[in-house]
Amino acid sequence: MPTSRITARFDKVRAEGRAALVSYIMAGDPDLETSYKALCALRDNGADIIELGAPFTDPMADGPAIQRAGQRSLKAGTKLTDVLALAKRFREDDQDTPLILMGYANPVFHIGYEAFADAAADAGIDGTILVDLPPEEDHELREAYAHHEISVIRLATPTTTEKRIAKVAEGASGFLYYVAVAGVTGSGSADPEDIREGVERARRVSGLPVCVGFGVRTGEQAAAMAAIADGVVVGSAFVDHVRTSLEAGTPDEIPSKIGALAAELSGALADAGRN
Amino acid sequence: MPLILELEDEYRAAKKDPAFIDQMDDLWRNYVGRPSPLYHAERMSDHFGGPKIYFKRDELNHTGAHKINNCLGQVLLAKRMGKTRIIAETGAGQHGVATATVCARFGLQCVVFMGATDVERQKPNVFRMKMLGAEIVPVSSGTGTLKDAMNEALRDWVTNVHDTFYVIGTAAGPHPYPEMVRDFQSVIGQEAKSQMQEREGRLPDAVMACIGGGSNAIGLFHPFIEDEGVRLIGVEASGHGIETGQHAAALNGGKPGILHGNKTYLLQTEDGQIIDAHSISAGLDYPGIGPEHAFLRDMGRAEYLTCTDKEALEGFQLCTRLEGIIPALEPAHAIARLGDVCKTMDKDQILIMNLCGRGDKDIFSVAEHLGMEI
Repeated sequence: MPTSRITARFDKVRAEGRAALVSYIMAGDPDLETSYKALCALRDNGADIIELGAPFTDPMADGPAIQRAGQRSLKAGTKLTDVLALAKRFREDDQDTPLILMGYANPVFHIGYEAFADAAADAGIDGTILVDLPPEEDHELREAYAHHEISVIRLATPTTTEKRIAKVAEGASGFLYYVAVAGVTGSGSADPEDIREGVERARRVSGLPVCVGFGVRTGEQAAAMAAIADGVVVGSAFVDHVRTSLEAGTPDEIPSKIGALAAELSGALADAGRN
Repeated sequence: MPLILELEDEYRAAKKDPAFIDQMDDLWRNYVGRPSPLYHAERMSDHFGGPKIYFKRDELNHTGAHKINNCLGQVLLAKRMGKTRIIAETGAGQHGVATATVCARFGLQCVVFMGATDVERQKPNVFRMKMLGAEIVPVSSGTGTLKDAMNEALRDWVTNVHDTFYVIGTAAGPHPYPEMVRDFQSVIGQEAKSQMQEREGRLPDAVMACIGGGSNAIGLFHPFIEDEGVRLIGVEASGHGIETGQHAAALNGGKPGILHGNKTYLLQTEDGQIIDAHSISAGLDYPGIGPEHAFLRDMGRAEYLTCTDKEALEGFQLCTRLEGIIPALEPAHAIARLGDVCKTMDKDQILIMNLCGRGDKDIFSVAEHLGMEI
């Protein structure tokens, strides 16, 4: 079996002695063309892995920033099939950057797990994070993914017990997404030292790289988190650039603003190195 | 997830604890006013000329609906778990009022999430909750309705799980909520069953209730599921009519999907996005349905009918005039279908309908719909 893009990317990042920058944008926010340019800007400015948000009407794990991004995307008429088409377009001239589809279970369930798995593989999606599909309920999805190289990426939090981590790790691949704070996306930041033990436990039990997210917005925060994590996830801060650019009446600046933030974050992670 | 797993463990333990059961029984009897009467609706029976119709009078409960049966159980569980802050979602405000009431009784902090438009529409209940000491959080995210209030409550819960208990008002949400809400509401069906035994010395031939999320219906149905001769009949709100797309009939007009931690029938677009429900009755205004109803329907054990806004208004007036009972608009949906159901039954048969709420809260909107001034 060839090495997956996710594994290859973590190997590369590890060889460079730093943590990975995992960036998130909402597909179709405010439109698919801008999202395509934003994806390229992220890649060109040091994003190692890209999470592509799929909009959902009821995003119960998201804070206001990503909720509003999803509403903008839905208003523009974005469907899950459009998100896959966007991924496929990006994949045409990028064979290396892992793309993770992040969203909620219902739109995927609605297409059907088998059909979705085929379409996602065809689009070059490397993994999915469906936040409301717990390990107890995702066996059908995993069976559908078994024919393809798509990872089921799962979430752990500071409230996840050792016993639970084992359950979370079972069948998970790619990396583990460690939610740093109890709460929703875009909420307050965590002190890396407070979650060090939890992150180490997650890494030990799962044997997977652990990426830490929720509440990381700046290069400084990312660098601090790099001391304990294999990767740092930044989402709401990117999405906020979409909102502020739209409010300022300068939607054309969205890709460059997103690129600039990615450059700041990746620069900070390169400087910070690894513990 | 860990919080839900912990909740399940605690609930299993509480169910077996005689002290927990005793305290609940005492409060049900002396605070809520249970058992609620089983009333022979004579004039209604005569009007339809079919089976003998009984009303299970859950509208006589403290706070005016069946909602408090469940709130009491969940708040006692929260206390047992050492939680000091209670959160709830509410649409029309009935579950919010019931939760705020029980929180006042136990001196617990109470925060109620309510769609911003509902806060405007349901001022009397907002005032009641405030008087009871609850904090109301208007929710404007999403479309600002009941499902968004539930999303916001879930967000609050994951953020404040160390001291907070989420009291869900209907038989939906993540496991163990559908089971727990059903169990607490099953007091309705258990009482009805033994009252029927006392009065008639037999089982009813049919039991009937309105359905939004489905908590009062599952509470009535559950003790009769094994009694195969008893028809279980639910009535969904079809709003302006299923064909208009403006309705709340998830079973009759929705498709299977995943929302709020359970897999059930949902109102949704072709792309799996959730559609807002519509009903004249804010209490039925939810785009999903408790998963156990989805199961009972798929296995053919229960029948699910529909009733439009207009028909519900007729049912509301019929019950008021014939029985001197002003029902809530929710059970008015079941009342409106009584005629059709009675036609399928014989004179010597018996039907129990759950009158799950009283209509005081609805008089303003009914007056408006009937073009009357108050």
